[in-house]
Order: sequence, then structure tokens, then C-alpha cells
Amino acid sequence: MKTTAIPAHLKAVPDNYQVAPSASQLPTHINIENLSLIINKQLIFDSLNLPVYKNHINTLIGPSGCGKSSLLNCITRLSDYNKAKVEGQILIDENNILDKKIDLIALRRKVGMIFQKPVPFPMSIRKNFSLPLKEHGIKNRHDIEEKMEQALRAVGLWKEVSSRIDSSADKLSGGQQQRLCIARVLALEPKAILMDEPCSSLDPIATAIIEELILNLKEKYTVFLVTHNLAQARRIADFVAFMWYHDSHGKLVEHNHADVIFENPSNPITAAYVQGLTE
Amino acid sequence: MNILPTNNNAADTLLKIASWISGLFILLFFGYLLFDITINGISRIDLGFFHNTPVNAGRQGGIFPMLISTLWILALCLCIALPIGLATAIYLAEYTNEKQTLTRFIRRSLNIIAGVPSIVMGLFGYAFFVIALQLGFSILSGALTLAFMVLPLLIRSIEDSLRAIPQSYRLNAHALGLSQWRIIFQILLPIASQGILLAVILSIGRAMAETAALLYTSGYVMRTPDSMMDSGRSLSVHIFDLSMNVPGGEQSAYASALVLIVLLLMINIFTAFISQIIVNKSIR
Repeated sequence: MKTTAIPAHLKAVPDNYQVAPSASQLPTHINIENLSLIINKQLIFDSLNLPVYKNHINTLIGPSGCGKSSLLNCITRLSDYNKAKVEGQILIDENNILDKKIDLIALRRKVGMIFQKPVPFPMSIRKNFSLPLKEHGIKNRHDIEEKMEQALRAVGLWKEVSSRIDSSADKLSGGQQQRLCIARVLALEPKAILMDEPCSSLDPIATAIIEELILNLKEKYTVFLVTHNLAQARRIADFVAFMWYHDSHGKLVEHNHADVIFENPSNPITAAYVQGLTE
Repeated sequence: MNILPTNNNAADTLLKIASWISGLFILLFFGYLLFDITINGISRIDLGFFHNTPVNAGRQGGIFPMLISTLWILALCLCIALPIGLATAIYLAEYTNEKQTLTRFIRRSLNIIAGVPSIVMGLFGYAFFVIALQLGFSILSGALTLAFMVLPLLIRSIEDSLRAIPQSYRLNAHALGLSQWRIIFQILLPIASQGILLAVILSIGRAMAETAALLYTSGYVMRTPDSMMDSGRSLSVHIFDLSMNVPGGEQSAYASALVLIVLLLMINIFTAFISQIIVNKSIR
């Protein structure tokens, strides 16, 4: 596979670069408006404007350090735990979720998050589900079991684990653990699912299973996926947003339908970045 | 053909031998201690030893009052130290970070308390609990003083166990909307349970071994306490008295020491057993 070093004059987005307005009239589920993030007095990204379309697979690509994961954390307000300063707005269903008065528990039920490394709690599979379900008000054991089975069926794990629901979740393989984490989020019946490089710690077969799952998920949920894997983005993305460096912080360079970004990007930096993929 | 061993091999073997010798040395030392105590003390031990009161300054009779005092002081000490220790450790680990001034101040204070000699702690206990708070020589005064001695180790160990838990568990739990309370009590503490158990066991060992501090706070008289405001003599103080002040009391001292060690062992096993049940219940 031919790799191309990024030429020096493309190293950073020029100061006056404007992102082309989004080509789509589709309903947006999450609207990121003028978002800037500062952690420990360091600017992570600046003035991000990004729509996340309902019931589509929205992806975010770009090099490490641009603040892609940090952006996801902002949407679920996990940035609160890093003493982050967030400016701008994130609108979900017309509500700015950066407002202090927002009910965080309700927000995190509506917007689920999957992390790069699967982290099942070191307890039984059943307990992995009952803990969050109980927190969100579902205390009846029968209801919990029903939701757990539904979620496990949705990720294709039910047949594999139904006989050992009470054994520790640690004993599952990497791919199974990640599917468990996805099921755990699905059991809460979210509206949107954020995924931070969900396949990067998995082998190719597990990756394929999860990618198929993601394709199925977009029917019922809005998916916002961060990935380093351009081939994966090519395979499953509907929309692609590309971030790049500017003055050692991240900036959104281009945002469009996936085929436009990969075949005919308007920005030369985007073209250079996705080029490694086309060999 | 090279018939001499290479440098690497010699160093490796030396290291291996040195490690084994150190380990064996510790085992032999402890083995000898147990052996010595058992040989000298076993003849005094019968069923009566446990439920009789001491006769003739302890040369004959049993150790019943001392057993009661020891267990009562220990139980009370844990009732005081565990909640405070757990709460402080949770506060330090989950609500502060290591660089904050308050954290460093608390840690330094705890280190200083940990380094105070037990006799000085005993004098402090005497001045503060016995005299100033007017608790008098009592099980309560002894338990409070011991709690102070045991807290630094307890807090530090529990805090370290909690800080060792990777941040990803907390992040995932927050992302699922779990409340801080649930995260601490249903996820983090069960994960840290091994470390906490070890801390508790070490604290119990420290508490039961304490002599000087209890001398000044829980008292010297060989009576069976009726309430926690009564004074009582702990087993460790009894061993001290028999071996230092009572001529002819050596055999009883050995027997009491043997009982103390076996008691400690039984409490450790019991604590481990209980904690395993608690953890299993929270995991299933």
C-alpha cells in the first residue's frame, strides 16, 4: 500500500479556511455549534460546527491529537470530569446539553457511549445490565431480564452467553466484551450511540461482526463514530467529517457525504489524508 | 569449548539463592517463634484456661477477663476506625487528586501519626480521652486511642487500592449514567476489596499487638468489664505483666501469647471469609 507523507505546505489548515456548508437537508439529531474545548489551559479544538444526522452513520476521521475523542466526551458531558472548559453549544432535540441544569443521568440514557477498549464491569453479565437499569429506574427483576435478553439478541450474543449469564463478564473474548458493552448501552434504549474507535483493539473477524452490527444499528439509532481506520469509514460511513491540525489544536476541515469525501474532496489536505486508502 | 559459566548464569543463580535464603530465613524465624511459644505454653492450656478468671496474679487460673477486654477493645476500635478510614480514603481517592494541597497535607499528617511511638500515643490517649474527655480508664478510651493508631495505615491502603483502579471503569460507569454513590459502592469498592481486606487484617494485627498505648488508656486491672466505660486488661498487657512483673508467671505468659497468636489467626480467617461473602454477593 502506497503511503504518502503530507507535504509541508499542507501541514496546517490556513487561518481563514471555511468549512463548506453541509450538503444535506436531512434532519439532524445532534447539532454541534461553535464548540471549543480547553483542558488545563490548552486549547484542544476550536469553533467546531458539525451536524450529526438522525439514523445515519456519521463518522469523524483525522489524526491523533485533534480532539476527536474529546469531542465525543463533550457530547455526553464526560468532559466535566477532566475540568474541561467548553464553549459553544451542543443541541440535542433543541436543548443545549452544555447547560448546567441538564439532567446528566437522562442525557446519558439518551446518548450512549462505547469506548475504544471494552470495559465490562468485573462482575456477572447479569449484574453488568442490572446496575445501569436499576439506576435508570427499572428495578423489577423480570423487566431487567427481558431488556437484557433483547439487547443481547440485538448484538448477536444471546446464543453465546445465555447459558452463563451469571458468570463473570471478564471471561468473554475481546470481541464478545465489546458487543456486551454495546448491548449494555442498547438495554437503556438510547436515541444516539457514540463510538470511539470501537474496533481498534479487536481482531479483523470481531471487527467485521461489529461493523455489521453498526450497519444494523442505524435503523433505530443515530450513530456517531470516531475511527482511525479509513477502510472502515469507507465501508460503513454515510457522512464523514475530517479534522486536522491548526496551530497545535484541532479544526474541522471538511464535512460531507462519505463518497464525496473519499472520491472528490474539496480540500487538498483531505485528499492527501484519504489518499493512502485508495491503493 | 567454553567450560566456564558465563557471567549471566552466575548472577542469576546467585540472585535465586539469595532470594530463597531470605524467604527461608523469615519462615524459620516465624517457625521458631511459634515453636518456642507452643512448647513453653501448651502445658498451661486447657478448657479452663479460657473461661476461668486469673488466680494468684495470673500464675494459675485462666484469662477470661483479658479475652473479653481484648475482643471488646478490638471490636470497638474497628467500629470507630473502619467507617472513618473508609470515608476518608474514598474522599481522597475519588474527590481529590494527588497534587492538591489538602491531599498532601492530609497525607503528611497521617504519616506523622503513623510514626508516633505507641507509648506517646498512649500518653496522648491518657491526656485526651481519659482525662480531658473524662472517659476514664476504659475499653472506650483504649479503642479510641487504637483507632488513631490504626487509621493512617487503613486510610493509606484503601486509598491506594482505589487509586489503582483504572480510570476507564469510572468513565464507563459515568457514561452509563451511574450515580457517584453507585459507582463507589457497587463497582469500585468490590474491585478494591482485596486491598481493603489486607488493610483491615494488618490493622487488626496492629491493634491486637498494642501494649503501651493500652496500658495508659484501657487500664491494668484484671477484671471482666461490664460496659465499655469499665477498664480492662488486654491480653498483650497481661503478657507484659506476667513476663516482667510476676515472678513465676513465664509459663502463663507463653500460654497467653499462644492464645493471642491463634486468636489473631482465627480473626484473619473469619475476616477473609466474611469479605469473600460480601464481594460475591455484590458481583453476582
